[in-house]
Amino acid sequence: MRSNRILTVLTVISALAILAAAVMALWVAPSAAGLTSNETFAQRIIYFHVPIAWLSMLAFGVTMIGSIGYLVSSKRNWDNLAVSSAELGLIFTLATATSGAIWAKPAWNVWWTWDPRLTTYTIMFLLFVAYFMLRGAMEDPARRARFAAVYGIFAFLSVPITFMSIRWWRTIHPVLIDPNEGFGLSAGMMTAFFFALAAFTLFYVVLLMHRYRLEQTAEQVESLKEQINY
Amino acid sequence: MRFWKIVAAIIGKDIRAELRTKDIFSSMFVFALLAVIVFNFAFELRVPSMKMVVPGIVWVAVTFAGTLGLNRAFVIEQDKGSLAGLLLAPVDRAAIYFGKMLGNLIFITVVEAILLPLVMVFFNLSLLTGPHLLALFLGTYGFAAVGTIFSAIAVNTRAREVLLPVLLFPVLLPVLVAGVKMTGSLLDGESLSSLANWLRLIALYDVGFTVVAYLTFGFVMEE
Repeated sequence: MRSNRILTVLTVISALAILAAAVMALWVAPSAAGLTSNETFAQRIIYFHVPIAWLSMLAFGVTMIGSIGYLVSSKRNWDNLAVSSAELGLIFTLATATSGAIWAKPAWNVWWTWDPRLTTYTIMFLLFVAYFMLRGAMEDPARRARFAAVYGIFAFLSVPITFMSIRWWRTIHPVLIDPNEGFGLSAGMMTAFFFALAAFTLFYVVLLMHRYRLEQTAEQVESLKEQINY
Repeated sequence: MRFWKIVAAIIGKDIRAELRTKDIFSSMFVFALLAVIVFNFAFELRVPSMKMVVPGIVWVAVTFAGTLGLNRAFVIEQDKGSLAGLLLAPVDRAAIYFGKMLGNLIFITVVEAILLPLVMVFFNLSLLTGPHLLALFLGTYGFAAVGTIFSAIAVNTRAREVLLPVLLFPVLLPVLVAGVKMTGSLLDGESLSSLANWLRLIALYDVGFTVVAYLTFGFVMEE
């Protein structure tokens, strides 16, 4: 029961942190200089869009770790972790691609371009969709976990290569971290940005813990049902 | 040495089976040809020169036809019960992977060998040069390396062949991007050395995924 209490506390903290991050992003952070009013307004998406994009990467990475863990140990826990994280990744990649498109309209004057990052996140979304379609097409839990793990590893490794290939194709996405110029944000913006990043990461961890617990419980219910021949 | 003997035996078996029926090969080839013809009509009136879309046409035709062939590779094994036989044989699972993969690679390459001259005739272009063939081969290898393990996965699911393109295409995207870019640049008269980046990318893809498939194929075949 103690882990439940910790989870409750973390859930409350992460809800408050997300609220605070919204306040900081919309009111506290200074406006960007040298942009038209529409663009200045749109620029504030960075406090939402970039953390979400980072979380999709993190979710994908955790899925891959869970996949490798399952293949090495054959323990269901690892598969539960992989599927929990993949489900969050599905939502986050969709949110990244959608919020990117919303930002692209005022900034680039089109909803959609075949920019490397936008395209890569869309492909990541499709990889997650394929991952769940694969899982949905099998009944036997052990086989489902094994096949999904193999697919998860392939999918994760293909993402950087996909990104490189589309980047060489052509690129117009703003580079936030340019090694020659340092960070492209002023001090006030940085505070809000890193706060938002931390808040969203905590949010992901809390969601993952809830989802993992649900998956574990579902597994227990399954085995109990089997015991009483339900 | 024994490993490659087993691999050769599996390739030999697949080729002999194929030569008896010619099911896979004929449907792959006719499908690829149809794809080229359909694309010709889909694009002709909208682009100033067909030369601009030929790289895309070739790669998409090869990918679609290849997917058709991959689907059959394990479905036939399973339907005839020979997959169980393969698994019962006291051989390394990785040898089964390389046997099936190289078999698929050979089938697709043969289809390409007939398709390319036809594309050259249809669109009045030169595609049978060393650099073109190298680019095509590297892409085809990547396709077979990833496609073989995914088709082994798909055949064991409820959806079977319907699932393969959904699994395969998002992972295959770098091969398509690099392949179309290389074929296009070569058609524009650029030299192979100016494509070093793309060659390296696709070589990385081929080698990397061959290693991953080698490591994970045992888990797919574990029944």
